[in-house]
Amino acid sequence: MNVLQPRTKAEALAQLAERPEAIPIAGGTDLLVHWPTRPAEHDRTYLDVSGIDELKGMRWTDRELVLGALATYWDVITDARATRELPLLGQAARQVGAVQIQARGTWAGNIVNGSPAADGVPVLMAYDAVVVLESQRGREEVPLAQFYQGYKQMRRTSDQLVVEIRIPRRVYAVQWFEKVGSRRAQAIAKVGLAVVRGDEGWRIAAASVAPTVRRCAALERLLAEATPLRSPDDLLPAIDRDVAPIDDIRSTASYRRRVMARVLYYGLQAS
Amino acid sequence: MPDMLAVAFTLNGAPVSLEVDPAERLLDTLRYRLGLTGTKEGCGEGECGACTVYLDGLPVNSCLIPIYQVHGRRVETVESLDPAALEPLRDSGATQCGACTPGVAMTACWIATHPQLLATHSIRELMAGNLCRCTGYDGIVDGIAAKLAGRP
Repeated sequence: MNVLQPRTKAEALAQLAERPEAIPIAGGTDLLVHWPTRPAEHDRTYLDVSGIDELKGMRWTDRELVLGALATYWDVITDARATRELPLLGQAARQVGAVQIQARGTWAGNIVNGSPAADGVPVLMAYDAVVVLESQRGREEVPLAQFYQGYKQMRRTSDQLVVEIRIPRRVYAVQWFEKVGSRRAQAIAKVGLAVVRGDEGWRIAAASVAPTVRRCAALERLLAEATPLRSPDDLLPAIDRDVAPIDDIRSTASYRRRVMARVLYYGLQAS
Repeated sequence: MPDMLAVAFTLNGAPVSLEVDPAERLLDTLRYRLGLTGTKEGCGEGECGACTVYLDGLPVNSCLIPIYQVHGRRVETVESLDPAALEPLRDSGATQCGACTPGVAMTACWIATHPQLLATHSIRELMAGNLCRCTGYDGIVDGIAAKLAGRP
């Protein structure tokens, strides 16, 4: 096993350019799961970014909250301003594992792990977050809603590092996040739904109902047109255009589809 | 032999430095290299919390931490706790088989020393990362509440 331990971002980008097979590691909460039973993973090269001060923490500008690539869930949960101004971030973060995971897991790691069941990604996507990637070739900004191309496929080339996540500061008339799992804590989502309405219109981001977390354009259109809804079933045609749930270890396609309709319908009624 | 890596960190208040296989987890180093077997392995996937230690003061799962990331940092294990601090948990019936107890004790003592967390979190939410398959959770939650209240 080979571990590269850059101290600066520039050093990390140089090492990544030279060793594009290196896997960036920050909190390790995904990469280390069942580690002793996965010896093939031990033979790889890791780029340990956890010691790069430039990537830590978060900062506010007039228009954005900028999460450094090493900002953890716990950083956000314990930041009164973040939980007040962009409350879905804290709400989602508190549903990622428990404090032991929240203290280590990063928002950037949640994005590049690429799980369709991610909890952090749907709220970032609903808030129109932008992923900032850097390599020695330069800097690239990709809206999170366009970042995923398929199951675990994303617009990050192997020499690029996620360096920050930019979240616009906006005022929302409606904003909520709902995660449905088998238990209230320590569960992976069967359905996750982040819904916001601001000056830019509706944003609906759904998790665990498609190969990636994704925006739901048909549902957003339905809500923009203020289509009257008489029951959760009225949402199903748009849901069927937007997502493609499957049967897997955690749930079934039909459960996910029905629950997504009900969570959305009753969530809209309450908001 | 794998390429060994030098790591130095503070463990329970004292400096430690050793050569490690970079594939070791903090949990392995604590138990098998340093003989601190109080920290238990339950699930090995960050779910059960039996391996909870403090890293720079925050509870974390030592089964998910590559040892090379601990260099220069501060680690505390269950061996660092004052046994007297655990009396409320004993008295509330919070232990049975004992497998979860070291992790439960770590998170419980962290809550007790950070009571400001209860302005935003319940004891149950803060304890959600420590699974117990024997007693259920009422005894654990009651013990922490008693600790916070300073009851014997």
